[in-house]
This record gives sequence, C-alpha cells and structure tokens, in this order.
Amino acid sequence: MKAYIRSAIAISPQKTFNNPAFLDDPAEYRNSRLTSIEPDYSEAIDPRSIRRMSRIIKMSVASALACLKDAGIANPDAIVTGTAYGCLEDTGLFLTNIIQENEEPVTPVAFVQSTHNTIGAQIALLIKCSRYNNTFVSGGASFENALQDALMFLSENNAANLLVGAMDEITDMSHVVLSRLGLYKRQPVSNLNLFDTNSKGTINGEGAAFFLLTNTSSPNDLACIDAVATFYKPEAATELRQLIDSFLVSGSINYSDIDLLILGNNGDSKNDEIYSQLQQSVFNGIPSINYKHLCGEYPTSTGFAAWLAANIIKQNNIPVVLNQGKIPKNKINKILIYNHYQNIYHSLILMSSC
Amino acid sequence: MNDPVFIVGAGVISGIGNNAAESLDALVEGKTGIDKIKYLRTNHSDLLPAAEVKLNNDELSAMSGLAPAISRTAMLSMIAAREAWDNSGLNKNIPSLRTGFVSASTTGGIDKTEEFLTHFLIDNNRGKLRNIINHECGSITTMVAEKLGIRNHISTISTACSSSANAIMYGARLIKHNMLDAVVAGGTDALTRFTLNGFNTLLVLDGEYCRPFDQNRSGLNLGEGAGYVVLVSERVASLLKRDPYCALTGYFNANDAYHQTSTSMAGDGPYMAMSGALEMSCLQPPDIDYINLHGTGTQNNDSSEGAAIQRLFHPHYPKMSSTKSFTGHTLGASAGVEAVFSVLALHHGMIYPNLRLQTPMSAFPFVPETAFSRQPDLKHVLSNSVGFGGNCSSLIFSKL
Repeated sequence: MKAYIRSAIAISPQKTFNNPAFLDDPAEYRNSRLTSIEPDYSEAIDPRSIRRMSRIIKMSVASALACLKDAGIANPDAIVTGTAYGCLEDTGLFLTNIIQENEEPVTPVAFVQSTHNTIGAQIALLIKCSRYNNTFVSGGASFENALQDALMFLSENNAANLLVGAMDEITDMSHVVLSRLGLYKRQPVSNLNLFDTNSKGTINGEGAAFFLLTNTSSPNDLACIDAVATFYKPEAATELRQLIDSFLVSGSINYSDIDLLILGNNGDSKNDEIYSQLQQSVFNGIPSINYKHLCGEYPTSTGFAAWLAANIIKQNNIPVVLNQGKIPKNKINKILIYNHYQNIYHSLILMSSC
Repeated sequence: MNDPVFIVGAGVISGIGNNAAESLDALVEGKTGIDKIKYLRTNHSDLLPAAEVKLNNDELSAMSGLAPAISRTAMLSMIAAREAWDNSGLNKNIPSLRTGFVSASTTGGIDKTEEFLTHFLIDNNRGKLRNIINHECGSITTMVAEKLGIRNHISTISTACSSSANAIMYGARLIKHNMLDAVVAGGTDALTRFTLNGFNTLLVLDGEYCRPFDQNRSGLNLGEGAGYVVLVSERVASLLKRDPYCALTGYFNANDAYHQTSTSMAGDGPYMAMSGALEMSCLQPPDIDYINLHGTGTQNNDSSEGAAIQRLFHPHYPKMSSTKSFTGHTLGASAGVEAVFSVLALHHGMIYPNLRLQTPMSAFPFVPETAFSRQPDLKHVLSNSVGFGGNCSSLIFSKL
C-alpha cells in the first residue's frame, strides 16, 4: 500500500520550519551538539497550552499542527509517533527531583509529561482527535515502525488520512551521558565538514518531523512512501545485501530504478564502513547524498531524511549543501533511504514521485 | 486481511505467581499478590502496598538467565516471554517461520537509570555506564528477543497503561498483513521509584489494599510483571499438535482526548474501544460473557469505565472483575498480564473474583463478581485498558 504525502514539516537544527527556502542557507555548528532551531511557538500553539510543554513536546506539537494545516485536514483518522528516548527532559527532571528531594517530589507535572505517548496524546487532546493513537519506542527503528503502522492502517481503512511523526531531543544530561559512551568526536569539527574528517565519533542531533499521509492522491502531494523495512542486526554484509535485494524484489524495483540514495553516514569511520561496502556492491553507480551533517545523529533521524526526500522529489532539486558536486539524473522519481543506527537496526524507506 | 489470528501460547509473571500455573492457582484461591513493599528500595515501603514479584534481582537473574545487574524490567520480560514461547511449541517444531517480538513497556530500564543518576548528579563523571545503556524501552525488548532467537521483527510500543494491548494488536496486524507468521506480543514493567513516586505525587495510590469498583475505593496499588501471548496465523496454527487456546477476534484503539491523566466521565474512550472491538469481532454486547476490567481502583477510572460499560451493555451486563485486585496495576504490562488471564479464563472456563469489593458503586446497576466461579460455557472475553494520554484499547478473545 503506498501512501501519499500531503504535507511534511520538520523542526531541526536547520531552518526548516516556516521557511519556503529549501536548505539554501545551512546552519553551521562547530561542536558535537546540534540544537533544533525553534520558531516562535505562540503562532503555532495556544499560549495557554505551551506553558507546561517541554522542548520536545513543543517542537513536535508545532510540527504536527503545521502539518495538519498545510494539508488542510482538521482531524486525521490516526496519530502515530516514533521516539527512541521519549520525553527525556521531563524524565530527567522527575528522576532528579525524586533523588534530590528524597522521594518527596513536589509536583507530578514532569512525571505526567514523561510518558512516551505524551506527544501523540497532546496532539489528540489539542485537536480533539479520538481516533487510533499509537507510539513506538523501538530505538533506531521507532520512526520506521510508526511508518509501517501507518501504511498498514491506510490499507485497512478506505479514504483515510493519518499523521505520523518522528521526534527525539537532546538534553544536557543525555549529551553528557552519550558523550561519555564515546559516541561523539573529541575534536571540534564543523558539521558542514563532517564527512571529511575520517575519524572516530559523530555529532549529536535532534528534531521533530511530521507527515500527513493519505491513501488517495491529490494535486499537491509532495511524494509517495512506497515501502518501509527494518532489519535487526544483519549477521554480515551478505545478509544485508540479500535483505535489500528482497525488499526491492517485493516492490518490483530494480537497483537501476533508484535515482537517488539518501544514506545515513554519520562521520564515524567505523560506522560508515557499511555504507561504503554497499556502495561498492549493490548500490554501485547510484547517485547518493548524506544528511546527518545537517541534523546530527539520533535514533529517529530518518524522519528528517524522509522530510528531505519528500522535498527533493517535489522540487526536483537537491540543495547544494547536500549535492557535493554530484549530478544526479534529470528527474528524481525514486529515492531510497538507507540508514543504520549503531549497527543494531538497519532500515529502508522507498519513496517516489506521485 | 480478515483472516483470524490464533493464540497458541501464554506466559505471565506477576505478584501472584512466576508462571501461568501459579497465577491460576492464586486466581482460583483468591490469593492477592499485594503486600508490604519488600524488594524495591524506597522510603514509601511502610506506607504504600504494592504487588511485587516475590523474587529479588539475583533470583530473577537465575531464572531469566540475564545478568543480575540488568534491569528488572528485562528479567520479568524474559521469564514471561520465554514461558509463552515454550508453551506455544513453536520454538523448536517449525523451521523457517517469520517470527516477531512486539513488547510494550513504560519504564524500560529506568530502575537502573535511578541508580546511575544517584552518582551522576553528584559528579557528571560518575555513575556506571552499564546502568544507563538500557534506559530505553526498546533496548529491553531487543535483549529479550535475542535470547528468544527472534529477529525478523522486533518492536516496542509505549502508550502508558494500554501499551500491551496495542502491542498485541500490532502483532496481530503484522500477521494479517502476511508480514510475519508468529508473534510473541505483550509487555513488561518493573516496580520503580520513578513510577511509585509519580503516582504517589498524583495522589492516586491507596495506602490500603485497592478496592476496584467499590463505592469507597480510594486509589490503586502498583504492581509489576510481564505477560505475553503467542499469536499465529491459521496456517501456522494448523501445523501445531495442540489446538489453539482461542482466537483474537476483535481489537480497537481509540483516544479519549479529554485530559492527559484522567478519562472523561461519560467514558468516551473506553466506550469507543469496546464498541470498536465488538464491531470487528461481529459480536453484539450480549455475546460477551466476561469483562476483564481495567478497574484500577481510582475514583476516575472506575467511574469512567463503569459509565462506558453501562452505555454499551445496559441492561444485559456480562460478568466482570478487575484482576488488579490481585496483581496491582502493572502499568505497561497490565494488558499483557490480563490478556493471559483472559485467555486462561476462556480455556479453563472460569471467572475470577474482584477481591475486597464490599459496597458496589451506587452509580451503576451492575456488580462485579465477588466470588470465583466455574463457567464452562464462556465464549467471548473482553479485556479493557485505559491509559494516560487518553489511550484506550480493548481486546476480544473468543473460544474456537
């Protein structure tokens, strides 16, 4: 079942929200933490509601509401979200409160908003959407699982539309912890030169991306999502190649049909080996771009990649910051996003022009 | 797409037993698992009763095969999921099955995160990293899936107290869409200081043993545990030597869209979930023989769920009870634990009592069951879940 993308909205470390220009003025970061460029939320969300919302809730709810508005849909038939870490700021706040106040926390607000389904719930509450509502927290496959749920939902229901989103936030605490785990570059590097460093570590990222998907086409659709798949810890490069082969076969696609690959290289030399192995084998000769220098590495970064792919297809244009001198075919009809997060979950998202 | 999905395995661990057989004994004998808190280190242990699994982490480690330093959530998951998987007979009999593990959780590895933060908050260079790497709910799931040898599909769902019902629904849909042949689906949550303090600060914990659906109820008791069922397609069910326990004939997910932590007084969310599940299973309200209630024991939940039941079932009320009077509220695991209890109720033809119910709620003309009974003719069992964020899901299990 393919899904038509009627609108796509992202809040990211780039100027992607409320900005008609398409990544023409990339934001540069010189440390290992990329932070979302947040809009003035008072235009997007009722100020009475904003007061208690944490950053991830605001980013996500603003994206979701803008996505519905762009699509001209007041109330979708389903809301599905994917987030690996959920509402980390609130979780950290409440845990800190318990420890510091010796189990006499003063307010339940952070606890209440710490649950992983808070975002899907807040959206439902704000627009009074009583329909299907689900949240996936599957690490690096969270957004892909949400998309899979969305595609199944659309095939189960006639003339349905659905809001699907990906979101994760960095907090001061999580950045320190993930840095201690050795995930990020030790030396300062410009995100715009991320792929020139050939060293260990990547850069930390975050963001929210929402999509309004339908099972009926309309003239303003950005692109289509044809299929999605996740693979858990493929045993070797050969198994991964077989899985990619069968994914394409099941969609009756040849490698030569793919006009552009969007790859999840993150600048960590060991992490990126898998991508270059595939580019020397099954992906050989297919034009490709990377995206994590713009949004950083995080478990639901494929939400940003799907936003990117939808816009590349719609505008038939690859922004200079992504193109790096490569010239793809004239018309970009099919994009395959391939990503792996820490070599645990690998995923494919196939998108095409409508 | 409308192919039936069958239940061929079940596994459960909670305050009333470490497996299905022990749980069933406690349910038959009316023995609650709620007690003084003994295993969780907390200042509230003298004031707030809870239904803990009666094993410490070393004992759970020995039983689960996971290291003692691993999150309790993972060990509970491992024990119940393996029981379900072994019980199905699928673990060895049939080669080349496409298998999946869909597990729900709200706490994930937060019990270990609490330990980590105690040191980290003093000095950001302190705290053992091994205590934080499984903070995410998803990493609990993958750890258990690997031990079970399941890898075609592994996903984790977190929709507060309805999480496991949504995991079971998602597993069933993956089978109906012919993406998988067999799925172990359910959920797990350990009792943690995070949730205990969270619910305590919300003023919804009863200092006495909880009394779901009692006029004088005054809150819930937390519990912990894990519960999983094994779902298969008709084709796979036919390959097994033993008949399936039952079929999953209906499910529905709706949102109450009323308030982040409470449900509408008219019970819109639970009403939509129950009626959607009935419609899917092509059943009428009088066809339901037993409702395993969400029945937490809070003022809000029981009023709201009761109102929804009245709207849908009046005047033909099925028998009903809240087994949270035995297990406490196991949060993200509750719909998994109660799915197993529902499956066992159908299979053995029995209805569990709603413990400690003395004064029925005056607002409703129905009274939950107060005594255990044998009901060999049970055909359809409805199980409800209601969660934070308005997430409501119902499941219907039907005898074959």
